[in-house]
Amino acid sequence: MLVVEKNSLTEEIEELVAHYGNDRASLLPILQDVQRKHSYISDYAQQEIARVLDIHPVEVYGVISFYSFLYSKPMGRNIVRLCQTITCDLQGKKAVAEAIERELGIKFGGTTKDNRITLEYANCLGMCDQGPAMLINDKVYSYLTPEKAVEILGEV
Amino acid sequence: MENEKTNRVGSVIFSEYERGEAVKKAAEMSREDILGEIKISSLKGRGGAGFPTSTKWMLTAAAKSDEKYVICNADEGEPGTFKDRVLLLEYPKLVFEGMVVAGKTIGAKVGFLYLRGEYEYMLKSLHDYLSEMKQDQLLGKSICGKEGFDFDIQIRLGSGAYICGEETALIESLEGQRGEARNRPPFPVSTGYKNKPTTVNNVETLAAVSQIVTKGGEWYKTYGTNKSSGSKLFSVSGDCKKPGVYELPWGTKISELLKLVEAEKTKAVQVGGASGVCFPKSQFERTLAYEDISTGGSIIIFNESRDMVKVLKNFMEFFVEESCGQCTPCRIGNVKLLEGVEMIEDKTFTFNYINKLKELGKTMQVSSKCGLGQSSPNSFLSILENFSEEIFNGRNGGKHEK
Repeated sequence: MLVVEKNSLTEEIEELVAHYGNDRASLLPILQDVQRKHSYISDYAQQEIARVLDIHPVEVYGVISFYSFLYSKPMGRNIVRLCQTITCDLQGKKAVAEAIERELGIKFGGTTKDNRITLEYANCLGMCDQGPAMLINDKVYSYLTPEKAVEILGEV
Repeated sequence: MENEKTNRVGSVIFSEYERGEAVKKAAEMSREDILGEIKISSLKGRGGAGFPTSTKWMLTAAAKSDEKYVICNADEGEPGTFKDRVLLLEYPKLVFEGMVVAGKTIGAKVGFLYLRGEYEYMLKSLHDYLSEMKQDQLLGKSICGKEGFDFDIQIRLGSGAYICGEETALIESLEGQRGEARNRPPFPVSTGYKNKPTTVNNVETLAAVSQIVTKGGEWYKTYGTNKSSGSKLFSVSGDCKKPGVYELPWGTKISELLKLVEAEKTKAVQVGGASGVCFPKSQFERTLAYEDISTGGSIIIFNESRDMVKVLKNFMEFFVEESCGQCTPCRIGNVKLLEGVEMIEDKTFTFNYINKLKELGKTMQVSSKCGLGQSSPNSFLSILENFSEEIFNGRNGGKHEK
């Protein structure tokens, strides 16, 4: 990591802490914002957040590793989460999943070579009446068919 | 995502309501009067546990502290539940005003809406709505022009953890910690967010509060049964023609619900999501009410073509992933139950071992630290009990598709 990059990240984190308040309770919103911008929370970012909030870096890592939507390793630019829970499963999740895997040439858990898409399963997205459903970043897509899902991913 | 409906039909929550009604009325009422109306209504928590709302508020109101908090639990993660999505998208007025009323009643100035990370797409519309409320003096300083009636709402996002729907895990998460459940007692009413008295209410409970304050506790009680007053929002999904959110009075029979949503050839109904109980046809005449089948409202319908072992496997995989790992019965127990389901699927089980797993399930129900591990064996136990004939004998001689 370049020094200028480090400096700008530090500045960014200090701004976030000023915005949310220098308080442990600000940790989750800060992590969510850092990740939204950088797609993950790097070791350096974790150390800086810990330093500014005056907690141990392990505390920060512990929180990141607990939540399934927070990442300490680089992810693709877009995160696709297909719902794997019961109703979406009944409504044809498997066929959608297989079509996506074939089309992108990766398995669930993987990232495309061009870093465009990381593919994951998620638990119940609360779209059970409109399944199968998936999230792409923070947007939700419902009533998926294999064809429709692949088409949507093509536009990401 | 399809546009949500704008004119839903329902007798209580979905009944007519003009923005600001509850807050304006509450501004003119004393805290005791508000508590009184809630008490008369006999409203119970709509998240599933069914704790009397007036008792929770009374305890928080009575706790001595300079700071108190209201938390709206919008971490709707139970499989098959999506009523909060509908309430937050279509009826934010009911939810947010319920929070303001709660704030006045317990003496809190700050409220948090803990919104699950999966619902991040709602964030903008919810923030816009809060701004409008501020403009209309329904939120912020001197609400409705009443000096001292101050209340502000902040929205906090979760990050994909089912366990954070458990109220003490939710509080931990709000405090910037791993979402691991606390020991109870002490309860949040005395020791909640930042160890201050806190009331944590479900989205639907707060929506009901707005209607009760506006129309009265007696009105509310005219719906439902003697022991379960009012209505319930049911999130219906699975094998039926009309899935969606339905507002029905407590006391509705499973069979009546199935007819309403046009479910055909129904074999089983899972009430309460993955942590709920699976009912066979012989029990479809039972009623949805606190005194019979108490539930947070998730209804998943399975028709005759479904393999119940596959269903159970999906539930157990869910719990293995979502167990926070803090206590042993839940962390290890769910893995063992899932292995048992896989043995059934592969026909490598022995009845002796399955019986041991049933014992393990019962042990988990009494020894797990929080509601997750206490309820995760429910579907394992109920599906094996109610569908043993099909699972071990029927369907291709006990063979199961993968």
